[in-house]
Amino acid sequence: MASFKLNGREFTADVDPDTPLLWVIRDDADLTGTKFGCGIGMCGACTVHMDGGAVRSCITPVSAVEGKDITTIEGLDPKDDHPVQVAWRELQVPQCGYCQSGQIMQAASALNANPDLSDADIDAMMTGNLCRCMTYPRIRAAVRKAADAMKGA
Amino acid sequence: MSRFTKTPEGALDLSRRGFLVTTAGAGLAFSFLTACDTAGGEGDPSVTYEPTIWYSIAGDGTVTVNIIRAEMGQHVGTALARILADELETPWEKVRINHVDSDPKWGLMVTGGSWSVWQTYPLYSQAGAAGRQALIEAGAAALKVDPSTCTAANGEVVSGSKKISYGKIVTAGLEKTFTPDELAAIALKPVSERKLIGKPVTDLDIAEKTNGKALFGIDAKVEGMVYARPMIPPTRNGAKVNAIDDSAARSVKGYLRSVALEDPSDTVPGWVLVVAESYPAAIKAANLVKVDWTPGPTTKVSEKDIQDRSRALLADASKGSILDTGDTDTAPAFRAAATTLDATYTTATALHFQLEPVNALAFEKDGVMEIHTGNQWQSLVLPWLAKALDMPETSIVMRTYRLGGGFGRRLNGDYAVGAALGAKQLGMPVKLVLTREDDTRFDSVRSPSVQRMRLAADKDGKVTAMEQHVACGWPTEVMAPFFMPQGKNGVAFDPFAINGANHWYAVGAHKVRAVSNDLANRTFRPGWLRSVGPGFTNWALESFIDETAHKLGRDPVEFRMSLLTGEGLNAGSAPSSVGGALRQKEVVRRCAERAGWGEQLPADTGLGLATSFGQERDMPTWVACAAKVHVDRSSGAVKVEKLTLVVDAGTVVDPDGALAQTQGASLWGLSLALHEGTEFENGEVKARNLGAYTPLRLSDTPELDIAFVESTEAPVGLGEPATTVVGPAIGNAIFNAVGVRLRHIPITPAAVKAAL
Repeated sequence: MASFKLNGREFTADVDPDTPLLWVIRDDADLTGTKFGCGIGMCGACTVHMDGGAVRSCITPVSAVEGKDITTIEGLDPKDDHPVQVAWRELQVPQCGYCQSGQIMQAASALNANPDLSDADIDAMMTGNLCRCMTYPRIRAAVRKAADAMKGA
Repeated sequence: MSRFTKTPEGALDLSRRGFLVTTAGAGLAFSFLTACDTAGGEGDPSVTYEPTIWYSIAGDGTVTVNIIRAEMGQHVGTALARILADELETPWEKVRINHVDSDPKWGLMVTGGSWSVWQTYPLYSQAGAAGRQALIEAGAAALKVDPSTCTAANGEVVSGSKKISYGKIVTAGLEKTFTPDELAAIALKPVSERKLIGKPVTDLDIAEKTNGKALFGIDAKVEGMVYARPMIPPTRNGAKVNAIDDSAARSVKGYLRSVALEDPSDTVPGWVLVVAESYPAAIKAANLVKVDWTPGPTTKVSEKDIQDRSRALLADASKGSILDTGDTDTAPAFRAAATTLDATYTTATALHFQLEPVNALAFEKDGVMEIHTGNQWQSLVLPWLAKALDMPETSIVMRTYRLGGGFGRRLNGDYAVGAALGAKQLGMPVKLVLTREDDTRFDSVRSPSVQRMRLAADKDGKVTAMEQHVACGWPTEVMAPFFMPQGKNGVAFDPFAINGANHWYAVGAHKVRAVSNDLANRTFRPGWLRSVGPGFTNWALESFIDETAHKLGRDPVEFRMSLLTGEGLNAGSAPSSVGGALRQKEVVRRCAERAGWGEQLPADTGLGLATSFGQERDMPTWVACAAKVHVDRSSGAVKVEKLTLVVDAGTVVDPDGALAQTQGASLWGLSLALHEGTEFENGEVKARNLGAYTPLRLSDTPELDIAFVESTEAPVGLGEPATTVVGPAIGNAIFNAVGVRLRHIPITPAAVKAAL
């Protein structure tokens, strides 16, 4: 049995404690915006927030989130208007879209903590997220845009 | 177009199907319109009119465009719907896209080859124009005016001060059919009157891909389904299951059973499905199940074995297919040559590594096997499914989902067969998902290749003959032999394993030989990977052209332009290659200029250029790329600082989508050239996940400068062409930076260091 807060609401699932959080989110909570890519924490498609910090849910056992606050792409903003999502839409970042929830969650976590980032900071914090369509030029530009918007806010 | 006329469900057939006109939903007589309400506003949304099978217009003016192409990142629905909506004169806000399920009425369902816009453009332009004409005629009758006084714009038919909306016309009832002759006679709009094509647009699939709502195949669910993870046998072909020992797996909570698949289609030989109540349970259980297989005969095959076989086949001049490239008798020119060159180029096995592992949900409902999955070539996999399931194709339907990356992997729908057999044998809905490692082992990889290039020049340095001999595994031979045209010598060839070699340079006698590597074809199921043949043929060709220029003492840009004469076979023809090689010459010129060709560069820094006509001569997309690289002599590491690309794709329908495709395709080219590649070892690929397989990441992404040539020529493909030029541009830049010639992809720091 696992209990944690998921997108602001208490959530309980009857699963083994070593079950990766990813599958609890996708299959027990039916929130499929978080994706399965590599299963070893190296592509970032499964990125969610745990108490605000970005974590790879595919290698996070559900036992590790007991009592924590988990946010998925579906819960990032009530109107899907987090500055990162807005920038993503304005610059038309996604191609196939499969990695994009993870990219957005990765960027949002860092920018929520500190939007005052250099271009080198952006490269460093986003390079762990693989985009097989290689939307990297737009990811770079969209994180910059979102950072600038959040700094000005 | 030879390959299409060979196939029973080819593109020509598709265009005929386009105008099997269906009748209006309301079924009212055309003449009734004279009595209809011509006041402002729209009509009844429940009434629809289908001018062709490709779209319907509802009584509220909404236009729903049917899209038979897979959405895998190209925003294909947006581009195709705009072609139709522009001719129909309907406002973009009224347009909806409908990605359809498989149905024989759609004809050939395939999304690949960068064909979608090119193939659909004439069809949807005519379909849209046909609807516009029907609406004008009906609207004129309703307004009691002569049709010649009417124009259509913004979803309305207008005559002087009178007007009526499309919705009102449709609501009143409309039946109009078009004979093929009528359709052919329909005038398309002049380019100057286009309102949507070529104009900026927000792609319709963007928003749902930023909030987690887009549904991919892996997200498909149905009540009562079980999860399955396959156990992949040690060889792709010929493996047999002797025994399954699941005693250790029985302690896994949620584990149900393991089942060996019986597959009459031989698509997934030797598969065992480990079935559980949840996917993590299936993963865990599969790690504990022991299967005793008798593997196929390729258990010991290595990358070197495959490449050695290619070399041996190339050494035998009797092997392979000779393409019709005009004068193919090169021997006299080589006998008379003052200068000859001979070089061999190779490429390593490459993985698709599409980020969504292959998966499918299958279940039988009312006698129909439903398969919910992302797929690029429904028409290819349906016969395999029919054979595997012993069901008619008409009892199988592929439900359409977004693809978490295609790149050619999902042209081969083999994974769907595993899910469908599971559903049949278990008698319940089966959700099959491959782990990343399973996906990689089961990938339909890009075959490694060996290519021999030869060139002859006379005493004046004029090129008099060229040969390109290419050996590799042939995806089309293994999976779709009906798509193989015949060569000049009567031997069939896989166009997707040789295209690109039949280039537009004037080189005198020109011989192109395509050889199928039988060992590759047996060891793995060769795949079509983004940019297919030109992804490796152009690596050899454009590196070799550079080598030739240097050998003859010519500037590589000037040398290329001198060979792009646009004469004879290379003059081009309507509709798709008007201008021929002269358009390629122009992108080379512009690219060199834009990139600052000839300018002084810092030490160990070089600019290299390469060009291509994209995917195939029938549909040339003219591309040139200049790569600026810096080589670290101590480590051999190559840093790409900037890529400059100039593209002539004819009419660009969706400018930002075109840019996105070119960005992605060029970075794929970079990734394949420097960051990817694996090898076969004991009959399987060595790299299984991101620890060992290392596609390009954001931090290594260079600055991109991409420009399109303004054009009103026929639109051609953009998903792949930019991939083909980047590798050779990098190789040529390395030579210009440090004077060493690399002839193998991927180019590793170790290889550069060894060459220095």
